[in-house]
Amino acid sequence: MGFSKSSNGAGVTVVRIEGQLIVGNRQELKSLIQEGLDRGERKFLVDCSQTGYIDSSGLGALVSLSKKVRELGGELRIAGLNEDLRSLFELTKLDTLFHISPTAEAALAEF
Amino acid sequence: MEEPAAAPLRICVRRTPSEPGAAASVALQLPADVRCVEEAVELMARHCFAGAKPCRRTMFRLRVLLAEAISNSILFGAGGDPARMVRVAAELTEETIRLQVTDDGPGFDPGGIPDPTLPDGLARSIGRGLFLIRNLADRVEFNPQGNTIWMTLPRS
Repeated sequence: MGFSKSSNGAGVTVVRIEGQLIVGNRQELKSLIQEGLDRGERKFLVDCSQTGYIDSSGLGALVSLSKKVRELGGELRIAGLNEDLRSLFELTKLDTLFHISPTAEAALAEF
Repeated sequence: MEEPAAAPLRICVRRTPSEPGAAASVALQLPADVRCVEEAVELMARHCFAGAKPCRRTMFRLRVLLAEAISNSILFGAGGDPARMVRVAAELTEETIRLQVTDDGPGFDPGGIPDPTLPDGLARSIGRGLFLIRNLADRVEFNPQGNTIWMTLPRS
């Protein structure tokens, strides 16, 4: 369970969630994004292609981070949701709140 | 100073192999520490599906349901106090899994949680846990005090 962070070289910070995004590690994700914001980064892509499951704390962390990034003139997008993860976003209607791409590659091509 | 690592969790499994199709039970106690949630979920999932052939969707549902209910008990029931315990159990038949999560807190009114998909709730960072549980489980029950939840889902 963890996160990896990289940059695509064109101003997008990619954070990959490896494992779960749940109550026990959501703070780690918040810190990673906050560090990027502090360095002036404004475009964030959360890659969920290696993510197992997300609980409501994890969804809530994504919502609050998206708000924070937007308030600073940036955007946080999501990519790589499998069918199960996508169903969580649809159930909670968070698919209407986030720009969601099928893959990280597709997201980076249009970000 | 770093916090000490949480101790390994212990699980208790009871089976009655001499009676084919008879119910089995799994029980686990964990400290009210959010760092224990993932391990507790994986231990329960492994034993709940032992000998079964669940579909991917069922395994996903079980993991999210357990993570939600255990997190709620840790944060709201036990106030995140690692000295307090949360109890998790499952009754297994060939067809179903009935999960139970209990804390020693005062309980809550499950009817008093607003719908997080309404426009007012959509941008909030909290309030989706019980909504997910109601939508992912086939059946959800509470004890009158509101500090025990039962969630039923298929075992296939």
